[in-house]
Amino acid sequence: MISFLQQNAFWIIAIVKIALLLFIVLTVNAYLTWFERKVVAHIQSRWGPHRVGPHGLLQPAADGLKFLFKEDPTPAGVDRFVYYLAPFLALALSLTALAVIPFSPRPLEIFGQKIYFWIVNPDIGLLILFAITALSVYGIALAGWASNSKYSLLGGLRSSAQMISYELALTMSVVGVLLMANTFSLQSIIEQQDHGKWGIGFLGWNLFAWTRNGLLFPQIIGFICFFTSAIAETNRVPFDLPEAESELVAGFHTEYASFKFAMFFIAEYTAMITVSCLATILFFGGWLSPFPDTKFFYITHFIPSITLIPFGLWVIYDGIKYETIFGKLILPAVGFAMFAIGGTLIALPGVNDFIQPIFWFTAKVFVFLFFYVWSRGTLPRLRYDQLMNVGWKLLLPVSIANVIVTAAVVLWRSHP
Amino acid sequence: MSAVLLIFFVLAGLAVLGALSLVFQKHPIHSALSLIVVMVCLAGLYLLMGAEFVAAVQIIVYGGAIMVLFIFVIMLLNAGEEEHTDFSKLARFAGLPLALALTASLAALVIRPDASISAPAPVFIPKATEQISTMLFKDFVYPFELTSFLILVAILGALVLAQREKK
Repeated sequence: MISFLQQNAFWIIAIVKIALLLFIVLTVNAYLTWFERKVVAHIQSRWGPHRVGPHGLLQPAADGLKFLFKEDPTPAGVDRFVYYLAPFLALALSLTALAVIPFSPRPLEIFGQKIYFWIVNPDIGLLILFAITALSVYGIALAGWASNSKYSLLGGLRSSAQMISYELALTMSVVGVLLMANTFSLQSIIEQQDHGKWGIGFLGWNLFAWTRNGLLFPQIIGFICFFTSAIAETNRVPFDLPEAESELVAGFHTEYASFKFAMFFIAEYTAMITVSCLATILFFGGWLSPFPDTKFFYITHFIPSITLIPFGLWVIYDGIKYETIFGKLILPAVGFAMFAIGGTLIALPGVNDFIQPIFWFTAKVFVFLFFYVWSRGTLPRLRYDQLMNVGWKLLLPVSIANVIVTAAVVLWRSHP
Repeated sequence: MSAVLLIFFVLAGLAVLGALSLVFQKHPIHSALSLIVVMVCLAGLYLLMGAEFVAAVQIIVYGGAIMVLFIFVIMLLNAGEEEHTDFSKLARFAGLPLALALTASLAALVIRPDASISAPAPVFIPKATEQISTMLFKDFVYPFELTSFLILVAILGALVLAQREKK
């Protein structure tokens, strides 16, 4: 038995990692919908979900059950094969993209097996992500075409036109980072932003682009172009024209119900997570802490605890005065768990050091996810001609200019 | 080696099936979908030969950009099922012999013992992408630039045609 485990360790570790990542991502997806509804509600002076569970925390579970038990009608006159293929394609591709994201450089050692925090780490990680993005338009476009409905068809058409337009700007805006990194490997891109003991911290990220050779061209413009076109690629507000509720009912997924609709939904949220991870890796130093890795700044290693302990205490306080008995039981328990984790991290410095990269990576990703939700709560949808103008006449020329300037500066710094 | 061979045959089989389905499907969208399957299988074959960069570019350019454009146009024209006309007279008489001749010549080329097109062993060369770019921008920079010039001419041609229609 043990020899079998050792011989097949590679496969077992890979499968367990995939299952774990899927579980985490799907849970995060579920709670992202809760988070989004809460934040948008508060932007609009509402409460958002608060009936199902304390603070509406069980709303995602209720939604999931509803998706499973709803009737799943197939409209008349659909192209059956493509109609069923489209949601699978959308979901499978968006989940596959997460496989190449590296979350932390430090391996976990269990029974002599080094377990890294990524599923695969190919040399062409970034290109694989772009390849998956390029294919993921088919899920939406084919869903729109196969549904046999004019709203869906318009949604599918819009989405393919939008994807073609914004993919150019998306790819061009990353070239600046590639010129500085000299590699497609996501892990190496993060590592070359790390200046360790040299002590410049977040100034070494590609967004600010300090290196030992001096200041390169900061990728602020590149980042703005990247994130704008990434929002368009994920079909989110203000670029959600493929599903524009006020014009196209629900756009490409008008004719989808029940779990097939949920698959599009999960695909969209997973794409949001992937894009946030990519923005973190390319421009914000991935798992690197914003503080320099020096003795003076060692105190910043306690930031996870410093955030968790007061927040846990607040959740306990909030839970004690919560109206329902269920809330009075659950919320203090959650708060105590947070408090306990924060305390454990202070007590065990080894564990604390180990989770630093994961903490910073997750924190940065959540900032971007919040940005997604924030823009949904505040920005109006673009008109179709405005969308095309922004893509072709603004983002593409600006990102090409960014590539030229970056290339010049990199050349000048390497041959002074 | 057997695993690699197995993957090769699965991908090659899928590619051939996709190509056949491309020809025999009646609806243009189904044909386009089959073509995407062929493209992705080809990318897999490139990956099997250790050409990571070519594989990724194959998917990004052919599987992504070009095929999206195909599908976009088919959807925009709302093309229905094709009506098969009677095949051309040339195809009726010369089709089968020509196809046989092509297959025979290809088979002869592959079977020949001193075949010059033997598949290279799948080796993952580190920095393969860097080697490609060095070759492209140093050794073959003039052909590369000429190709880009050709594409520029094509873009200009498309623009001129589109502008003429506006008037």
